[in-house]
Amino acid sequence: MIAMIRDFDIGAKIGLAIVVFFLAAVIFGPVLSPYSEVEIVGGVWAPPSAANWLGTDYIGRDLLVRILTGGRMTVIVSLIATCGAFAIGCPLGIAAAVIGGWFDLIVTRAVDAVMAFPGLILALIVLSAIGTSIPALIAMMSVLASTIVFRLTRAVAADVAAMEYIEIARLRGESMRWFLFKEILPNVAPTLVTEFGLRFVYAAILISSLSFLGLGIQPPNADLGGMVKENALAITFGRAAPILPALALAFLAIGVNLVVDGLLRHNARRDRHK
Amino acid sequence: MGGASVTTLVLKRLVSGLVTLFLVSLMVFVGTEILPGDVAEAILGQQATPDAVQALRDKLDLDRPAIERYGLWLWDFAHGDLGQSLASGREVSDLIAGRLGNTLFLALTAAIIAIPVSVGLGLLAALYEDKLADKSITISTLIFVSTPDFLIGYLLLLWGAVTLGWFPALSRISDSMSFIEQLHAIALPCLTLALVVSAHTMRLTRAAILSVMNQPYIEMAELKGATRQRIILYHAFPNALAPVLNIVMLTLAYLIVGVVVVEAVFNYSGMGRLMIDAVSKRDMPLVQACGLIFASVYVALNLTADILSLLANPRRRRPK
Repeated sequence: MIAMIRDFDIGAKIGLAIVVFFLAAVIFGPVLSPYSEVEIVGGVWAPPSAANWLGTDYIGRDLLVRILTGGRMTVIVSLIATCGAFAIGCPLGIAAAVIGGWFDLIVTRAVDAVMAFPGLILALIVLSAIGTSIPALIAMMSVLASTIVFRLTRAVAADVAAMEYIEIARLRGESMRWFLFKEILPNVAPTLVTEFGLRFVYAAILISSLSFLGLGIQPPNADLGGMVKENALAITFGRAAPILPALALAFLAIGVNLVVDGLLRHNARRDRHK
Repeated sequence: MGGASVTTLVLKRLVSGLVTLFLVSLMVFVGTEILPGDVAEAILGQQATPDAVQALRDKLDLDRPAIERYGLWLWDFAHGDLGQSLASGREVSDLIAGRLGNTLFLALTAAIIAIPVSVGLGLLAALYEDKLADKSITISTLIFVSTPDFLIGYLLLLWGAVTLGWFPALSRISDSMSFIEQLHAIALPCLTLALVVSAHTMRLTRAAILSVMNQPYIEMAELKGATRQRIILYHAFPNALAPVLNIVMLTLAYLIVGVVVVEAVFNYSGMGRLMIDAVSKRDMPLVQACGLIFASVYVALNLTADILSLLANPRRRRPK
């Protein structure tokens, strides 16, 4: 792990620093701040000052502590949704590649149908039916993203399953379980790790966009997208209040994308040296 | 094998496109009814009187089996009857009529700006791989891909409408405005959309051209001493045409989705905002109609991409 980080190029190191800084800020920041995220501490959309580093929001709450707690909400929801997507997509993908036949056919067709849809539109349709509670949002995001995870896992696992050493393992009569955990999983892992990063960014932007449209996380809870929405009017007065939470989200996304790009290059270099 | 004519292949794609469209319509319908329990009760909430629930059940024909309602809905839809809005009681087709035109106007103007610029820059990045121009393009695409659409929208709004005051902050257009006035009104949302999709398009174009330039036949052409111009025009371009056409179509498809958020930022009265309002009011007939229209355009664009690349690349006409 340490050796791998040392081997990263400069872009990936910057990305990793951004991600670590962001996570530390959203975990420890709200604890260290003198204010709570629901406390009214000043005027409406007050400019930045020594007391409120980023100014205040539309009802006079400290914007910095709001962004930190909102960022935490965004990270938690996206992380759970991405884990959910992998928990659904990976086993199905590997199973489809290994079992094949009618099982593969049915799951692949179903996934193709979901993927024929633009993601945000399908999300809106489903949300109109299941409502916007946090568990419903997470479930919906997990299922939507699992289609892409399924496709990727199936493709990689099918490649691996066709390798000679897998044929030999099959002929040797290894158990299915041994086969999955010892042969297939280690070989698909590098691809899945980078995909996890991409899915996480996608989830964070999707949930923020939904909240921005008023159809994601509902008040009194708030994520970064919701903060953009609630402060939207400030822009006509030339205040940056709606831009700052959006910048925080972009900052996180850029960090994760830099790490993913670095990992991809790292894997490519390693494959070349093999 | 390999004897199939282009026409049969295109027809096959069209049929599979129709099947996809059918599946998509099924999913729009199932998607809005995915809730366990009674749809009418879910829409009206806990406090609804039994009379109100029954009235809505009658209106939505909920006492009929779902499969029958789906059939009727699809039949009516295909004949232009989109039903009535639950919230306003107006015909859904009337609500959609003007909005659809506005959205297409916005998306097409953005496409006219975004596609030539981003394909050109992607080409540039690929030709000067790993040089300064390429690196700066690669980094800026990474930043744009990571940036939520509403951030780009608000930054442009702050800059173009508040700081400079050149463009209106609310993008309203009406029939009484001249074409130039309409273009002026949609300048900011249009630029936002163009920026949002350009990054993806550039990234994809660069990757497509690079994968062609790394082929053995390009190396062969270099080895036999062909000029760079000849290599690009005669060897690389015809092979890169299919992926690039594909990318252009995907860009258009992406625009269709990007429009939802951008319309919300600029309060532009298009299909995206109509759908968002419908979802928040749980106006099912309107959600279904908007969803089906968005999805159909998306499917149609992807199908066009597929067929164009089939026509542009003879090798794809033969089964592997």
